[in-house]
Amino acid sequence: MSGIGSFRPGQWLAMAGRKSPWGNGNNAGGSGGDEPPAPPPGDGAPGGDPAGTPGPRNPWLKPDDYTGGERRSPNIEDIFRSKRKGPGGGGGGGGFPSLPPRANGKSWWPLVAGSIALLWLFSSSTHQLSPKEQGIVTTFGKYSHTIGSGVNFTFPWPFQTVQTRDVTSVTNDVIPEGEGENLVLTSDQNLIDLSYQVRWNIKNLEQFTFASTDPQNTVRDVAEAAMRLSVAEVPLKAVWDGTGRGQLEANTRRRMQDILDAYRAGVNVIGVDIKKADPPEKVADAFQKVNVAQQLAERDKNNAQAWAQQTLARAEGEAAAFDKVYAEYKLAPEVTKRRMYYETMERVLSANDKVVVEANGVTPYLPLPELRRRAQEAPAAGGQ
Amino acid sequence: MLTDLWQRNKALVLAGIAAVLVAMSSVVIVPETQQVVVVRLGEPVRKINAFKPNQEFGSTGAGISWRIPFVEQLVWIDKRLLSFPMERQTVLSTDQLRLEVTAYARFRVIDPVKMVKTAGSTDRVMSQLQPIMTSVLRQELGKRTFQSLLNAERGAAMIRIKENLDKQAREYGAQVIDVRIQRADLPAGALESAFARMQAAREQEATTIQAQGQKQAQLITSEAEARATQIYAAAFGKDPAFYDFYRAMKSYDATFANQANKGSSTIILSPDNEYLRQFKGR
Repeated sequence: MSGIGSFRPGQWLAMAGRKSPWGNGNNAGGSGGDEPPAPPPGDGAPGGDPAGTPGPRNPWLKPDDYTGGERRSPNIEDIFRSKRKGPGGGGGGGGFPSLPPRANGKSWWPLVAGSIALLWLFSSSTHQLSPKEQGIVTTFGKYSHTIGSGVNFTFPWPFQTVQTRDVTSVTNDVIPEGEGENLVLTSDQNLIDLSYQVRWNIKNLEQFTFASTDPQNTVRDVAEAAMRLSVAEVPLKAVWDGTGRGQLEANTRRRMQDILDAYRAGVNVIGVDIKKADPPEKVADAFQKVNVAQQLAERDKNNAQAWAQQTLARAEGEAAAFDKVYAEYKLAPEVTKRRMYYETMERVLSANDKVVVEANGVTPYLPLPELRRRAQEAPAAGGQ
Repeated sequence: MLTDLWQRNKALVLAGIAAVLVAMSSVVIVPETQQVVVVRLGEPVRKINAFKPNQEFGSTGAGISWRIPFVEQLVWIDKRLLSFPMERQTVLSTDQLRLEVTAYARFRVIDPVKMVKTAGSTDRVMSQLQPIMTSVLRQELGKRTFQSLLNAERGAAMIRIKENLDKQAREYGAQVIDVRIQRADLPAGALESAFARMQAAREQEATTIQAQGQKQAQLITSEAEARATQIYAAAFGKDPAFYDFYRAMKSYDATFANQANKGSSTIILSPDNEYLRQFKGR
């Protein structure tokens, strides 16, 4: 044992190929000089020098183990003996690393062991908890009390153990995990792709720790059951356009709390928030059409509104203009009427060709096509 | 020194180690979450930390207990509320529609001795209850229409299923707290037709919305027209004769005095024309 402990591969390799220091190269059954000696030398290994062969002694053997060729395995007495020999007793320092002896010659080990024990006592009996944490103290598995924030003292392990947990922080559970579709049936047998999160924290640490097997998963299970039941009560429209969402969230939260309280899970459900409520991917186009139709309808209405406003404004304008003129006319009806007539006629006649025909006894000849031609030529001639 | 001690007291040390081993195997440390049935020579004799309702933690019998080593064996049973999932399965409603249901039950062992005698372990209880739950669920839900499976009536059904399952579970010393449908999904074929139905409904909705929009636009324009007519009538009705004159003047202006087609018309006037009345100087 101690012999194997003293074997170093570097030394072993250095010897390979050279003349074996403990054999003369032609040992019967021994290893040759060229090949590495197969069995590692040492008092724990079989082989080595054949019994009674004279020659160099194995330098790796302890002198007192080498008893003229008779070899034996170390027994328990040997181990005790070699231990007592102190550091280096194993020929190269087997076992533990050594420390220099203390002043009075005694070992350091009792002191080291003692301080490790003290450290362990101290560390397993003081517990520092942050303000967010609470700890459950159990005495041999039995619930003793709950400790709060600050430094707390208990009996050391294995008498008392403490499980600490963050109780005030809010856990956010998003359902479903990942990106897949989570289709939920609505009351009108439509489907909606729903994703929501549940915010909860620990209400009662004892219940949370002792009352159910997997409280985290329980919360998820309950959330799913409660949400699906709540969605099954409302029509698609309420979930999709958001009008029923607040109610849905509140219902789910209340349901979850009731169920978890019945399980004595020690969980407080703070809130349920719907993150996404989309139509299923396969019918998304049809839903898009509804959106487009809504926009078109809105556009039609807006156009009509604009037209209506213009029409009314024009009517009001014209009516107001007439009223003004009428008021003037009322002051001097005949004169105003005449004035308006002449003014209009001025504008009309000044803008057109005029022919005055004395009709009495004359057959009028109206060279209408010629007149028209002249009218057309006039601008052309002017241009030349 | 140590060797001498060992040599002289070999028997004593071995006896000491044996004593410690025996002492350790006669101590039972039961955590709050477990209950123990002590079986002596194959016969359950007592229980440690067994479930009782409304007990505060810390006063239930958990902690250190004793047993006779080698003679008494311990059967450990979870004391907590256990979850018991059910395979997804298809339920046929009375109106011949299919629904895929995933459910779970929560139960706890309330009579560990009975449980040890009848089933042996909680896993065995679960596997015994599994087919019962499946059939109870099918039976109970199969009595309902599809619509009532989906919504609130589910509550009553679940209570009946729970009671039924609980009755069976008591045989194994277990108590069912809750049976709950976690998911109710449409099976693949029905899913496709549901999608088709949804699509048709949405398209119809889109058409309706557009038609409604057009209708409202028309209402708005006709209302504006009526209102404008009212305004005109109110203004012009005060003196229809003057309005006729006023409007005629505006009309002449617009028709003959339009600068855009200046000189395109020839107006032939008779000297008798009202406009030329003053020509004659009378």
